[in-house]
Amino acid sequence: MGVIWDYLGNSAHWSGPEGVPARVLEHLEYTFLALAFVCLIALPLGLFVGHTGRGSVAIAGSANALRALPDFGLLVYVVLLISGRLPASLAYLLPSILVLVILGIPAVLSATYAGIQAVDPAARDAAKGMGMTGSQVLWRVEVPNAMPLILSGVRSSMLQIVATATIAAYVSLGGLGRFILDGQSQRDYSQMAAGAVLVGVLAIVLDLLVAGIQRLVVSPGVTGRFRTAGPRRRPVLISSSQEGSVVPTT
Amino acid sequence: MITYLQDHFQQTVERFYTHAWLAVLPLVIGLVLAIPLGWLASRYRRVYPGVINLAGLLYTLPSVALFVIMPSIIHTKILSPINVVVALTIYTVALMVRVIADALLSVPADVRSAAVAMGFTGLGRFLRVDLPIAVPVIVAGARVAAASNVGLVSVGALIGVNQLGSLFTEGFTLDVGSIVLLGILLCVLLALILDTTIVLTGRRLTTWQRAVS
Repeated sequence: MGVIWDYLGNSAHWSGPEGVPARVLEHLEYTFLALAFVCLIALPLGLFVGHTGRGSVAIAGSANALRALPDFGLLVYVVLLISGRLPASLAYLLPSILVLVILGIPAVLSATYAGIQAVDPAARDAAKGMGMTGSQVLWRVEVPNAMPLILSGVRSSMLQIVATATIAAYVSLGGLGRFILDGQSQRDYSQMAAGAVLVGVLAIVLDLLVAGIQRLVVSPGVTGRFRTAGPRRRPVLISSSQEGSVVPTT
Repeated sequence: MITYLQDHFQQTVERFYTHAWLAVLPLVIGLVLAIPLGWLASRYRRVYPGVINLAGLLYTLPSVALFVIMPSIIHTKILSPINVVVALTIYTVALMVRVIADALLSVPADVRSAAVAMGFTGLGRFLRVDLPIAVPVIVAGARVAAASNVGLVSVGALIGVNQLGSLFTEGFTLDVGSIVLLGILLCVLLALILDTTIVLTGRRLTTWQRAVS
């Protein structure tokens, strides 16, 4: 275990463009950039499909097909395919981000759609009966009820992106994967191990962060934290692995 | 792609086999380990949150990180395939423990009462009543684990383990997209074969589902 700390304990590795803080920042940059695009695409699409029920078969099918594709292979393939046609400054960043977005979409999309679909039909009917319009039903009933699942989708998508961004160091992306890849080529195990530990810690910290947001955003009426009497309903999160919304990290 | 396959047929077949082994072995070991752990978590209320949280934490770790850390924990060589097997076993256990615990918790109370009334106790009831009823859910979990294992094994190419993922690194170094594409197709093929095998095994284990309908 000691070798891991050799690298991190050396203050020379904590400054400059190849130091730990700079690499952490790069990794965060890629992650948030990709996650922002994922949410921008997958959330509206998931809400639309969940609310109208149109295209649900296509979504389930394509999400499963994407899951069978090896992330690493897809990454290398897309980079080979398009990096030659881009100006040098974008040649490595753009294809990697593109793949991170493609890989991040299924988790958010299927969780959003499944979350909306799983809303108790009685609640939906009651909302309609009260005179709510379609969009009011969506925003005031369906979205708050689906929130736990939607956020767990965002969570697994984010972890997927953090993990794949690490591998993307192989196709010249910066970030924490650099320590692992550079350490490998320099036969410097302590550098590799340091990179691995940093990525692990980053993943856990980001995951806890979203978990915290989840507690703040999800209505207490949905999680059951509100209830005092009667049987406690299990939070929807428990079943997320069976809903197929959890995409394994790479 | 065809020419590459013709020229490197033997090597590609070997890589396919290695890849299959590296994906299947952790799945089987993981399943065997996850069943007793899942039982513990479903049986004892106090164990459940601990086990589930630990599983979630392990599942959070990116695979490359786990592959790289392994040698310093279990004292293997850095390039050893054992690192990949152990790391993927950890993922499989982390995924399946929760699936199995929840599946066992969802066995209907009247079924359990009927089994007790028929004289089933302890381990016998678990093996002959609870576990078979949980099979369809376990199968669903195993399918997810198998598909993810196939993808994760290919990442092992980064730390020098020779399998289908090596086609990705080879294609990248030579700047030949079709080699990478071949690797992707073979990975999908392997995932498909594993998925079909798991579904068929699940069906053989749950013959009563067809007997009733």
